[in-house]
Amino acid sequence: MLFFILKRLAQSVLVMAVVSAVSFSLFNFVGDPVNNMVGQDATREQRIEIRQQLGLDDPILTQYSRFIGNMVQGDFGLSYRIKRPVDELIFERLPATLELVFVSAIIALVVGIGLGIYTGIRRHAWASRAVLSVSLIGVSLPTFIIGIALIYIFAVHLRWLPSSGRSGTVDLGGWKTSLLSIDGWRAIILPAITLSLFQLTLILRLVRAEMLEVMQTDFIKFARARGLSERAIHFRHALRNTLVPVITIIGLNIGGLIAFSVITETVFQWPGTGLMFIQAVDFVDVPIMAAYLVFVALLFVIINLVVDILYFVVDPRIRLGN
Amino acid sequence: MQPNRPMTRWQRFTDNDIVWSFLHSPGAMVAAVVTVVIILACTMAPLIAPFDPFDPAQISLWDGKLPPAWLEGGQPQYLLGTDNQGRDMLSTILYGGRLSIMVGLAAVCLGMVLGVTLGLVSGYVGGVTDAVIMRIADVQLTIPGILLAILINGIGRAVLPLELREEFAIYVVIIAIGLTDWPQFARVTRGATLVEANKEYVQAARIIGLPGWLILLRHILPNTLRPVLVIATIGLALAIIAEATLSFLGQGIPPTTPSLGTLIRVGNEYLFSGLWWITFFPAIALVVLVFAVNLLGDWMRDALNPKLR
Repeated sequence: MLFFILKRLAQSVLVMAVVSAVSFSLFNFVGDPVNNMVGQDATREQRIEIRQQLGLDDPILTQYSRFIGNMVQGDFGLSYRIKRPVDELIFERLPATLELVFVSAIIALVVGIGLGIYTGIRRHAWASRAVLSVSLIGVSLPTFIIGIALIYIFAVHLRWLPSSGRSGTVDLGGWKTSLLSIDGWRAIILPAITLSLFQLTLILRLVRAEMLEVMQTDFIKFARARGLSERAIHFRHALRNTLVPVITIIGLNIGGLIAFSVITETVFQWPGTGLMFIQAVDFVDVPIMAAYLVFVALLFVIINLVVDILYFVVDPRIRLGN
Repeated sequence: MQPNRPMTRWQRFTDNDIVWSFLHSPGAMVAAVVTVVIILACTMAPLIAPFDPFDPAQISLWDGKLPPAWLEGGQPQYLLGTDNQGRDMLSTILYGGRLSIMVGLAAVCLGMVLGVTLGLVSGYVGGVTDAVIMRIADVQLTIPGILLAILINGIGRAVLPLELREEFAIYVVIIAIGLTDWPQFARVTRGATLVEANKEYVQAARIIGLPGWLILLRHILPNTLRPVLVIATIGLALAIIAEATLSFLGQGIPPTTPSLGTLIRVGNEYLFSGLWWITFFPAIALVVLVFAVNLLGDWMRDALNPKLR
């Protein structure tokens, strides 16, 4: 087990090395950093001075190691556009994204597992069939179209919920949360549903498939023969055995939620890191692009690592097998 | 089928597990028909579209923002209504769909050629080459495709000088999506290559002294194509969505030559004033197209390769 985790750890370090190299090269190949710092009418001497200040004349490896050093300390320099430290900007916007991802993950999990169990147990009920057909359409619907549809129905047509932005935030010692006020919840509910739908369908289908498979096994038949209640069979015996693949998918899905939050945040103008990233791409704001890239990669690496370790913890067969 | 009579060409064509499976799954047949109809209609857009949305002479601002023909205020010549500039929605959708399909196909082809080549080489050569290629694929697969596509696309746009950005936007999008696509193809091809490379016919080819590239191209490649085809079909749906998403985010195809995603983006601005049809019809076209291709891919996965989950 230790060997496995070490191998995974080495792989994670490799991923981070590649990603940091890519984001380092962003600074060097996309646009001219000096041009981005000074105005059009800077003199040649000023440019040379800034070049030297930034250390752009150093050998590339020196620059790279300096970049890594700064990166580890979370220092990505100043945003070209907003002229403020990038790490500050990211931390300012992180709560919005994390709350959105958190609420979506809860929706996807609760509804996805619930419907998955239902359609797995009552596979011939018309409601199960309806849920499955809808879920197939759900997979084909691009996130932004779901968002637009929800905005049209609930914000434009019914006027029940706000169409965009984040409001009603409460300041909890620097962490602005929207989960403590009704206005905050009204604002977060549409983007959270939009973001969760795709993952929800994936979880639903996975749980259903696993349930169907487990229900065929001998130990379920045996549990029936023992005269256990249906409830005990379904939840104590069947559901538990479906959880290993579900955990994997959930782990990967949280990563997916963060990736798709870029789209959802743009549709709903949700002031999180995803929207910041899109705006940075629009303005070729390299420090933010590079920082976001490293940040997302780090998140993914951590999630993957945790999922791998959870695997061992949850399933004794894997722990003992190898 | 009569045992002794030689089969007609049609019988020989239908006497095949894939065709049999196709003719026995109504979902796949409907999906295939829908896909073919949409693709044909879009590729023949200049012939069948009632208007040319790029011809200023045919557009009049007076006809702007008209609702679909069956609603009050709609005009019969504009079946699905008009957009803010007075362009016929049906025609813009056909032209936009053509662009979306073209970009999707080109991106998948790029990803496929790249992935299959790397996968073949990786599986056949093995060793360090294999390790390096597959590690890169692993690393890339840890980051979700759409994020990577946005990033590559953003870099591509940033590298281009401002005046060329619109002109080359399509190529940048194709490259961005193609480059995010390849690891899937590489993995599948590598797996199939590993299996094929140890079979007797490959050893025989090696013994008679054929060069490696010829063995790969003529003998191994054809036997790895089935799973590649499945990935390509599902990949096409994903590529079309990716293009639409990029364009919707304002990072893709410019509004001067709109794709479906661009149309939805433009229409989205008019949603609040109740002009729902400017967004609705392109969105429906996109969803139906993607859904049909997805269904087709699902069926293919079951029919061609039950093991490929």
